[in-house]
Amino acid sequence: MVEANPPIDEIAKGVRMSIDSSDMAPAAALDTPEQISADDLVFDVSDLSVYYGDFRAVRDVNMLIKRKEITALIGPSGCGKSTVLRSFNRMNDLIPTARVEGDLLYRGVDLYDPRVDPVEVRRRIGMVFQKPNPFPKSIYDNVAYGPRVAGKKKGLDDVVESSLKKAALWDEVKDRLQESAIGMSGGQQQRLSIARAIASDPEVLLMDEPCSALDPIATARIEELMAELKDEYTILIVTHNMQQAARVSDRTAFFSVQVDEANDRRTGLLVEYTNTEKLFSNPDDERTENYITGRFG
Amino acid sequence: MTDVGINAPELGRVSEISIETLAGPKKRARKEAAIRSFFFFAASVSVLISVLIVGSLMKETWTFVSEVDWSVTWGEIGWFPRQGLYDMPTLLVSSLIVTIVAMLVAGPLGLGSAIYLSEYASKRTRKFLKPILEVLAGVPSVVLGFFALVFISPQVIERIGRNGWLVIGALIIVVYLMLVLGWARQLVRREAGTELSTQVKRVMVLTLLVASALILIWWVNGVAGSSDPEAANFFTVKGSGQLAAAAVGVGILTIPLVASVSEDALASVPDELRQASAGLGARKMTTTVQVVLPAAVSGIVAAFIIGVSRAMGETMVVFLAGGAADQAEFTASPFDGGMTMTAAMASLATGTDSVVGEALTFQSLFFVGSVLFLITLALNIVASRFVNRVREKY
Amino acid sequence: MVASTLGNNGAKARVEDEIFGRGRDLRGSGFRTLLLSCLGVSLLVLVVLMVQVVSDGWSVLSTRPIDFLTGVLRSQPGDDALGISQGLVGSFWIAVFVTFLAFPVGIAAAVYLEEYAKQNRVTTIIDTAVRNLAGVPSVVYGLLGLFLLVKGSKYTNWLFVHPFNWFWKLFKDEAAFQGQSTLIAGGMTLAILVLPIVIITAAEAIRAVPSSLRQGAYGVGATKWDVIRTQVLPYAAPGILTGTLLSLSRAIGEAAPLILVGAITGRLAPRESVLSGIGSFTEQFADKFTAMPIVIVGWIRQPGETFQPAAGAAIVVLLILVIAMNSVAVALRNYFEKKRG
Repeated sequence: MVEANPPIDEIAKGVRMSIDSSDMAPAAALDTPEQISADDLVFDVSDLSVYYGDFRAVRDVNMLIKRKEITALIGPSGCGKSTVLRSFNRMNDLIPTARVEGDLLYRGVDLYDPRVDPVEVRRRIGMVFQKPNPFPKSIYDNVAYGPRVAGKKKGLDDVVESSLKKAALWDEVKDRLQESAIGMSGGQQQRLSIARAIASDPEVLLMDEPCSALDPIATARIEELMAELKDEYTILIVTHNMQQAARVSDRTAFFSVQVDEANDRRTGLLVEYTNTEKLFSNPDDERTENYITGRFG
Repeated sequence: MTDVGINAPELGRVSEISIETLAGPKKRARKEAAIRSFFFFAASVSVLISVLIVGSLMKETWTFVSEVDWSVTWGEIGWFPRQGLYDMPTLLVSSLIVTIVAMLVAGPLGLGSAIYLSEYASKRTRKFLKPILEVLAGVPSVVLGFFALVFISPQVIERIGRNGWLVIGALIIVVYLMLVLGWARQLVRREAGTELSTQVKRVMVLTLLVASALILIWWVNGVAGSSDPEAANFFTVKGSGQLAAAAVGVGILTIPLVASVSEDALASVPDELRQASAGLGARKMTTTVQVVLPAAVSGIVAAFIIGVSRAMGETMVVFLAGGAADQAEFTASPFDGGMTMTAAMASLATGTDSVVGEALTFQSLFFVGSVLFLITLALNIVASRFVNRVREKY
Repeated sequence: MVASTLGNNGAKARVEDEIFGRGRDLRGSGFRTLLLSCLGVSLLVLVVLMVQVVSDGWSVLSTRPIDFLTGVLRSQPGDDALGISQGLVGSFWIAVFVTFLAFPVGIAAAVYLEEYAKQNRVTTIIDTAVRNLAGVPSVVYGLLGLFLLVKGSKYTNWLFVHPFNWFWKLFKDEAAFQGQSTLIAGGMTLAILVLPIVIITAAEAIRAVPSSLRQGAYGVGATKWDVIRTQVLPYAAPGILTGTLLSLSRAIGEAAPLILVGAITGRLAPRESVLSGIGSFTEQFADKFTAMPIVIVGWIRQPGETFQPAAGAAIVVLLILVIAMNSVAVALRNYFEKKRG
């Protein structure tokens, strides 16, 4: 767990460096999550809990998520950060016993309203997974998959090209679009997954530990890519790597685990959600402080 | 960017969307529901077929059961459907004989093959050896019936002959007794937690001796008891098709089934157990016999039960090589011609006069079918219990 | 190396003996040989069986191979016209029935069980039905066919006979299928027989589809049907194909249900029975029929050994068909297993 225990000042330096090196607004100009303008609000999460059967996996999630920002979800294993991420585009529906309580408003609409079609949600809120999962098809067909299932038949070439360009993959693959995606490197596959998600023209991208299966160079490219994508998309990212959260995100939510001594069940909960710089330099909650300084988890 | 707090809804949220946007087109929802119903319908066909099987068996069986004179179904000289004699023991005992003999063939061979493939064979040798069983599994039962009739019956069963089978039969019984006694001894030892007292040991040896003596007497009685050494006894082999020949054929057909179910059971034993045993310095054989096999025992039992069910339901081999056509006298000897439940059904169906013959002949077909169906169903249910037990364990 | 530390050749040999277990584990190698010989017996049986049927059928196969394939059922073993064409045609049509009835329904049922079914009572009932059907002896399926399709009744005809007549009328003027021992009855019975096998093998193939593919597709807004159509079925196709080929070869080799479906009705005059049915290509479809295994059974059951060469030759043809199908299926499975690592 070398990565998880970096000295605090190094993280702070990392944050400063990332802010310096990108064209983000200066940290001071960032309003706190509580101050996000209603105009810019993409998600309004209040008192969200996720259950698997009787078991409450995560509780008390309250978050406001701003348009065209990167929001990172961090915390120790089993704290339910992936579970929360997956509830943003109803991927949890695929687990038969999973169930959500509380409100999760996407642009004012409750995503768990019975009238809402999860398919429609996922076309607007795309997802990139932990392990690159290219379909066993050609690169072209992988990217064109989303538009095709949405019924789009014309102009696919343009969509594929622009998506691959946005995912910074076009130059590498433009000559072999018809080759199988299985032969690509891990980093390329993950960028392909991003291109695939972009091709459906979503508003939000959910990324579930997108770099955990990649080497540092490939990771750096994905992080660069995220900074570019931020201009167009709202991004939520789950990461194990605190430095990554510090480098790429505008706001960070720290989740923790509470163990019920009676039955040894672990329930995740949102401890602190604030601007990334503040969370890593001057957290309000002691548990956050302990986690980021490596004294816990 | 107006810096307004979130708790000011009166200013309006320009980015709000209506719920219709996320509801998706109705057409798509309808299409998905229709597709789902199609798949559900396809899946429910199996239930329909199950119901139809039970229903179609029940109607004619009920006619048979309500109209037959029950005295002709028990204790008659044999199965003579055209004379209105439907002696069930004839069929049941023959089915039992075929099943037992078939399992004597398929059990050890199937299990042995499975153990070799799962525990001993390297990946490469597996690739060469597995197809043997796969080809065998694909051989149609009529082919095995032909083989049993033209090869197993004359070249094996008849060639070994009466005296040969006498010896083999005695050997099988002795081996069986030894196994049972050994198992009982282990059981008692485990219960007591200590070595057996000499007294118990003495009782066991005595039992073994008495059993051997009984077998010897039986043997002597069979071979030399009669003044005529060619006189017919239990082991006398009848010509042109015997239950034993058919049963060996059925057994060969059952080998791949027993092997594949056992292999699944062995494969589900976690590797850690093997490594733990090997780590303690156990030899491969010890590991296999004392660790892997006991761990997989539920699955192996399931394999045997499924094998029994399959052997009992096998029709063509017995029909062709069982040594009886259309009718059969009661027999308890595997070396005699006989008629199993399945063979009886096939015979009834091939006779063109079966319907015009005795009034209940057609119905008896369904009655026998029901009995067979219930027995195999019970066996399969028991077997799936055992399979589930393996699943739960690992 | 060991020797240098021990400085004693005898000790070295002893240590080597212990480490290599040289000449020790006699029981172990005996056990191993015993196990291997179990497979050896199976191989031996296969070889003897092949030699037996080929040598039995050789006199026919070597002298008149083409005539035998094109010939028809005859009552005289030496008849020049004797052959298996009707059996081949019947088996072909049975394969067609299985392909068009059992495969679509079976694969669709597997898709339902693996992709749609929730953990509830209905699913349990369907699951139990499939698993129990797979264990029902084939001869009992024959009874089902006999009762529903051959004997028929007002209700069963409505369900199983009328739809076929409706279909048949598209091609011919009059209703052809009156509920008798026809190819339709035989083909449907065997389609029902292999249905659970198709379901179980297809479900296994579908279960092997990595869930990451499903998730990836759902993640970009695919509907369930999209996922099944574009991810699950293409990925599971080789496995499903293997299962269908195996069940096809099973259907072609199966005799017991056909005997029950084909021969019980007293309405058939003996000369026109299943075993000697004569008819043109199309007439056979809705008429009395035979199939390869039934031809073989008919010849084996003839008194004496006069038909043994013909039976042997027909078995050779049937074995070639069935083993070819099985080998293709197994080769296909191995190929794709290897390809996917």
